[in-house]
Amino acid sequence: MWAFIHKLGSPKWFYGISQRLQPWFWVVALVLIAVGTVWGLAFAPADYQQGNSFRIIYVHVPSAFLAQSIFVTMAVAGVIFMVWKIKIADMAAAVMAPLGAAMTFISLFSGAVWGVPTWGTWWMWDARLTSMLILLFLYLGVIALRGAFASRDSASRAASVLAMVGVINIPIIKYSVDWWYTLHQPASFTLTERPAMPTEMWLPLLIMVVGFYCFFIAVTLLRTRTEILRREANKRWVRELAGEAN
Amino acid sequence: MTPKRKRKLTIILGLVSLAAVAVGLTLYALRANINLFFSPIQIAAGDAPFERQIRAGGMVKEGTVSRNPDSLDVEFVVTDYVEDLEVRYSGILPDLFREGQGVVVVGELQPSGEFRADQVLARHDENYMPPEVAEALEDAGYSPADFKTEGSESDSAKSEDS
Repeated sequence: MWAFIHKLGSPKWFYGISQRLQPWFWVVALVLIAVGTVWGLAFAPADYQQGNSFRIIYVHVPSAFLAQSIFVTMAVAGVIFMVWKIKIADMAAAVMAPLGAAMTFISLFSGAVWGVPTWGTWWMWDARLTSMLILLFLYLGVIALRGAFASRDSASRAASVLAMVGVINIPIIKYSVDWWYTLHQPASFTLTERPAMPTEMWLPLLIMVVGFYCFFIAVTLLRTRTEILRREANKRWVRELAGEAN
Repeated sequence: MTPKRKRKLTIILGLVSLAAVAVGLTLYALRANINLFFSPIQIAAGDAPFERQIRAGGMVKEGTVSRNPDSLDVEFVVTDYVEDLEVRYSGILPDLFREGQGVVVVGELQPSGEFRADQVLARHDENYMPPEVAEALEDAGYSPADFKTEGSESDSAKSEDS
């Protein structure tokens, strides 16, 4: 177990294993997202009150899940980088920030589009929406911090600290609908409880959620590989790799 | 783990938990402002200011919606099943607005106890249902609301202390 984790920390070994894993995640992600999209948008039943606007859930919920999961992953990678000085954790954290910001934006945007026909407003400063907007700003802060330092090491440390402290926002987002009065309804789809909808509605949603997670892993593997080549460009094995390719 | 790494991990955990406590206390102190709306109980208890823009929320009481046939004026009662709040509104209601549905009304509370709304927003719960299922339930003499999970009832228990 420890040997495996140690190996995972080596950029060269990670570069090799990710090359083999990556295609699988791409295939599974694309298949699941394609199946989930068609199923959710065309075949799943509409809601008895909201009609077809309910179908926004098939984009809204997976992107909101991912927005929060990516931030937690980034914070954990930040701790690993700060305590154990494992560079690959920092590379992964650096490349997943833009995807996390994009997912947060998608969930806010799809939520706003959903809010117009159902609630009658596209934005309301309720606890859930506001804490999600703060998450977007935290992502933008992490991305900006990485670009704000001349030395990469200082940038990495500053971004890691912001991610670790910012992770406090995640339980606030999750429980905001339980702790306070909000316009947003409580969660209808969680890992721990039975979904508050029939199978023909939640099954395509589950497929979309798993597909989005595979997409996240595939993108992160791909971008981490690029980041490895960029940062280790002077290492011997990278030069040999480049020599082979030429 | 080397002592140095252990110390670093302790510092990080310490800082994050301190920050968490700080945020937690701030949110606790601001809880009255974070709540999106006043419930009819809070309004009846005199917690809400008069003639200032506030929001109130609850369920539209069954059988209380009366529309003026010549204008967009509408009157209804918002209830949390303990206290009632009379609401007057003139304008277009959201599609989801109906009796028994959750709403948030934005407007001013009058000293007479009546609420003058400038905007009515519909809330919905987390239970989604295909129309055929909802119809079948109604044919069988149930309301879809009877099949809600416990979570949807939790609103009434929220922050009675604020």
